[in-house]
Amino acid sequence: MSETRILQKASLDGLFAKLTAAGRRIVAPVRQSATALEQCHAERVEFEEVTTAQKIAADYIQTIRPPKGALFPRYEQMLRFKIGGKEVQAEEIKPEAKPTVLFGLHPCDAASFATLKAVFTWDSGDAYFEPKLAHTTVIGLSCTKGDAYCFCTSVGGGPGDTRGSDILLTPLDATKYLAEILTDKGKAVVALAPELFTPANGQAAPALAKIAPRFAADKLSAKLPALFPKGEIWLEQSLRCIGCGACAYVCPTCSCFDIQDERQRYSGVRLRCWDSCGFGLFTLHASGHNPRPKQSERWRQRVMHKFSYQPERLGVLGCVGCGRCSRSCPTDMNLAQHVQSLAEMPA
Amino acid sequence: MTTVATPGVSGGRNLYVPYRMRIAKVTDEAPGVRTFRLEFIDEEEGRRFSFKAGQFGEYSVYGEGESTFCIASSPTRKGYIECTFRQAGRVTSALADRDEGDIIGFRGPYGNTFPIEQWEGQKLLFIAGGIALPPMRCVIWNCLDLRDKYGDVTIIYGARTVADLVYKHELAEWGTRSDVKLFTTVDPGGQTPEWKGRVGFVPTILEQVAPAAKDTIAIVCGPPIMIKLTMPVLAKLGFTPEQIYTTLENRMKCGVGKCGRCNVGKVYVCKDGPVFTLAQLNQLPPEY
Amino acid sequence: MEALQQKARTLLQSGAVKVVIGYTAGSDAERARALFVRNGEQTQQLIWDDRCRQNLAAYLIKPEVRALGKPALVARTATLRTLLQYAVENQLADEAVLALAVADGQVVELPNFAAIEEYLAKQPRGLTPEQQQELAKMEALPLEERWAFWSAELQRCVKCYACRAACPLCYCDRCIVEVNQPQWIPVASDPLGNLEWNVVRAMHLAGRCVDCGSCADACPEKIRLDLLNRVAAQEVLTHFGAEPGYSTRKDYALAAYKPDDKEEFIR
Repeated sequence: MSETRILQKASLDGLFAKLTAAGRRIVAPVRQSATALEQCHAERVEFEEVTTAQKIAADYIQTIRPPKGALFPRYEQMLRFKIGGKEVQAEEIKPEAKPTVLFGLHPCDAASFATLKAVFTWDSGDAYFEPKLAHTTVIGLSCTKGDAYCFCTSVGGGPGDTRGSDILLTPLDATKYLAEILTDKGKAVVALAPELFTPANGQAAPALAKIAPRFAADKLSAKLPALFPKGEIWLEQSLRCIGCGACAYVCPTCSCFDIQDERQRYSGVRLRCWDSCGFGLFTLHASGHNPRPKQSERWRQRVMHKFSYQPERLGVLGCVGCGRCSRSCPTDMNLAQHVQSLAEMPA
Repeated sequence: MTTVATPGVSGGRNLYVPYRMRIAKVTDEAPGVRTFRLEFIDEEEGRRFSFKAGQFGEYSVYGEGESTFCIASSPTRKGYIECTFRQAGRVTSALADRDEGDIIGFRGPYGNTFPIEQWEGQKLLFIAGGIALPPMRCVIWNCLDLRDKYGDVTIIYGARTVADLVYKHELAEWGTRSDVKLFTTVDPGGQTPEWKGRVGFVPTILEQVAPAAKDTIAIVCGPPIMIKLTMPVLAKLGFTPEQIYTTLENRMKCGVGKCGRCNVGKVYVCKDGPVFTLAQLNQLPPEY
Repeated sequence: MEALQQKARTLLQSGAVKVVIGYTAGSDAERARALFVRNGEQTQQLIWDDRCRQNLAAYLIKPEVRALGKPALVARTATLRTLLQYAVENQLADEAVLALAVADGQVVELPNFAAIEEYLAKQPRGLTPEQQQELAKMEALPLEERWAFWSAELQRCVKCYACRAACPLCYCDRCIVEVNQPQWIPVASDPLGNLEWNVVRAMHLAGRCVDCGSCADACPEKIRLDLLNRVAAQEVLTHFGAEPGYSTRKDYALAAYKPDDKEEFIR
């Protein structure tokens, strides 16, 4: 199915112009600029809508914000209603699903969509997620460098992994990419500008980042159920966790959500928004009973859900090894280190 | 554990959009506890709607939010569904403020079902406490409406006080039926001078009644403390974990396994439950 | 570092404390993480350097940490101020925590509020020149630009509440965002919800915030929460002459009523 071509970096503007002319929105990693009173944002790269390739930060390691926002936004209105006396009129808010090309996602991020899809299409469809997924094309970008937080190779991925990409670009040198055309969506992009994708003539294998695996995810998944009741392990690992939602919100595969009604006197909306199993309120009953009253139990839930329940119930891991959680955690919980430690525990 | 397919959830419909329901009847069951009889505003939707005993829904007050209750009426009764709830938080307080004629939302039916087909030919023992009679009322009426298919039907129901007993009219009806053995009880101190039923905690009454376990299915719903004390009595009477059914509840939002909130270990109460056998419960981690 | 490790060993051996809450090396060269030292061997992991910024007083609220027993707490100036503010707010009993101040390679034991107050009186107070410059820059901005700056900053907020979790003075059992009857602050991180959350938190902290910066450090979006709270703190200092965390006197600028208040309307 997959074909390989060469795409010149100089051709990107031309490609983007064709994509835009075909009605596609392009989202790519862009280096952030400092504002009047900030100091530290110049280092950041985040996904933004672009029309040209000028501002793309092609050599970034990772963004803070995950790309899941393109399919599962921070908040999303589902219903709007008007209330007057005994009458209620409610109307579905159809999701906006603009054809979008996500350009420059690293393989970990491209792979994350499979987990999101597994959750949102489990036994029933999702009217908000599915149209967006259907209208999204992923042009991935292999990694030539990583950092100490990357652990894709421990969770079935890798710096050149093709899963989830419709086209995967790998830098061959400063001027060009090897382009693997992997799916029909990828072919449709090439068809918009076929002259820009030139034949590949047995190019030398590109040098990808070296990410040494730290643990084997399948062995970890097999071991976790027996570790569940060992409260002292979870307590010790989570002592410094302060129970915020940072890890869940920067995670590309976390998909837990809340449903809230917001109203003014005579009108309102029902929306869904991101939520985190790390919050104490997440499982709290109206009676006051909480099945997970302690942070250690909520930490355990995070690990079990990603590495045990999702693989078992949905056939996908809940983690792609992007490292965002560990980079952003205020207390340096470093999930990879904890999970590696679990994997190394005696059975 | 296999996930039972959910009838009534059609493929093309946006599952987050509630059915609009009109409150046809309001019954005050007990202090803070109300029953709504709900009719589909769109009659076509009402005609197409079906569910099975044990399933639940998300009931909403537009502008306040949604709350999870079982469908408390039997699927054998067409044209309406019923729910019973206690006023506890934001949404149930808003629901309690609604009157006959008001419009609320309903999403469902969700969850798995009591396998009443498998119970045919067996005797049925229903044990419930307090506000936990509603999830059982559905399956009790379902079985009573198909009375020939089942053997002896015994119902043991108790509440803290006489005032706290729900479905008082139906208790009266069940009590007069010759094909139902009904035992009602209130906690010691909860009786009134006129009270003609038993006095004692539900597990105690169960020991007194001592139904035989052979060819009997026990369905138990109640507050955690009642369940905790009832299970050993059933075991003493000879019930195996496979013969005992119960329901779990957990904080829910979507009701269909997407929002990630209601899992007990790898089991989602909204998808793999809310109906579980004791054998299945015993496999679950103590996280509920 | 040596002195701190030795002190921790001595304290644990003598049973004076059950746990020493300090810092150890983190995931990379720029980070430290909290360490809960309970035996002599673990003391070797304690560090003390510029990476040690997180205000560890936030752990005094956590039930699992409290269950470890009486703590010694490695404390920066801001952490010491936090302990005194806890005293003002009746959140901490005197002598419940043994504070350890580290300076010039020496560890100073501060076993009670009076000792902390005395120690802080000898420390430099006030903003650094960079912080002052920044505040001046902020003050010089016309209001529309200030509004535009904060709108842009807060637009990034995702309502992860890392700021709240990291802040030791955000200790409410039920935070205002967790109250849903009524839902004072919308849950979703839309622009209004973000503004309301961050402004309400800044207002709840005004006059209490000890400028530890843990909120800004915690924020995954790197929103300048330290600056927001510092602006509020400056207002309180300018108008009420109050600087929290230097004394146990119950003199909370925004919630204390005095008959000789300079404002007529409140008398």
